[in-house]
Amino acid sequence: MEILETVFIRNNLIVAFAVVGVTIWFSYFLADKLTQGRIHGSAIAIALGLVAAYFGGTATGGNSGLADVTLLGGIGLMGGGMMRDFAIVSTAFGVHLSELKKAGIAGVVSIFAGVIVSFIVGAAIAVMFGYTDPAAITTIGAGAVTYIVGPVTGEAIGASNEVITLSVAAGLVKSILVMIGTPLVAKYIGLNNPQSAMVYGGLMGTTSGVAAGLAATDPKLVPYGAMTATFYTGVGCLLGPSILYFVVSGIF
Amino acid sequence: MIVYGVALLSVCLILGMVIGEALGVALSVEANVGGVGIAMLFLVFASNSKQFKSLTQGAAGSGIQFWSAMYIPIVVAMAAQQDVAGAMDGGLLALMAGVAAVVVSFALVPVLSKLGGNSDPTEDTEEQGAV
Repeated sequence: MEILETVFIRNNLIVAFAVVGVTIWFSYFLADKLTQGRIHGSAIAIALGLVAAYFGGTATGGNSGLADVTLLGGIGLMGGGMMRDFAIVSTAFGVHLSELKKAGIAGVVSIFAGVIVSFIVGAAIAVMFGYTDPAAITTIGAGAVTYIVGPVTGEAIGASNEVITLSVAAGLVKSILVMIGTPLVAKYIGLNNPQSAMVYGGLMGTTSGVAAGLAATDPKLVPYGAMTATFYTGVGCLLGPSILYFVVSGIF
Repeated sequence: MIVYGVALLSVCLILGMVIGEALGVALSVEANVGGVGIAMLFLVFASNSKQFKSLTQGAAGSGIQFWSAMYIPIVVAMAAQQDVAGAMDGGLLALMAGVAAVVVSFALVPVLSKLGGNSDPTEDTEEQGAV
């Protein structure tokens, strides 16, 4: 047992490759047999990943899901920001510039629209729950933008720790829902071409959510959605503690 | 050489990240502004230009395609390390704020897509890249 543990921990990234590989094989098997291919295998794999993350998180009390389980620490490296960004950039290989240009303006508009709309929705819900302090309303609104914009904004404008934690949770809910919801709604929102994928990426903005959501819908759309989504958090961090906070302070 | 493609991909990512980080500092924002997106643009330019042909075709190209095919497995690992338990602990306020933001944003996709002009569905959406 101890030998096994040593080997697993020493080779954690390799263990992660094996575990993820088996999970994906199993997911494609389920997609094929149970749903006759109606649900994408990758959508099932991502959903299984999220379920495993929930149990990993509750079992260890950590905040990196399955990666906090000692024997599966390599999942953290394999699915961490560095590998994620590397793989996202590689999907741009073979993309045609003309496709990007076609949706250029709509893509840029969607980033700003996405940040502002998510912020307004989040802030309105904070108000509905009885918050009256502008810093708290702004921070929760920023959390609905992404779980990075929430704490960055909250710390900049001096929101309480409790509110900052709430904003992170709101951002996490958003990111997870985008992962699961995208393949389900894709047909109804016209998400089947590069242009709408760029608009979608700009509106949703959560890099993880968009990356997984498009992977489960149509991997060909990934580079377009990811391209705009990666600007979103930066724009959110720019607007949150400045203009958006001033506007909220003016109202409350 | 496969490693040439991998190196090209790495250089694109690093250049993009440095620019994104510098943009963040210039705008006094505590975040990387579009580093990944800028890196993607570099790769698009490189793969569309003649000068970089030796780094993007043949074996070198398969060095990039390998990572592109690893995209879904990496995303699955990413899903497995999300703080799902933390999201559940946020209570009703966090849940409602997150859900409402997603619903409204989804609804805006078809509206803003019209700004982009004509849109053709990608041909052959079956079976791509991964696995």
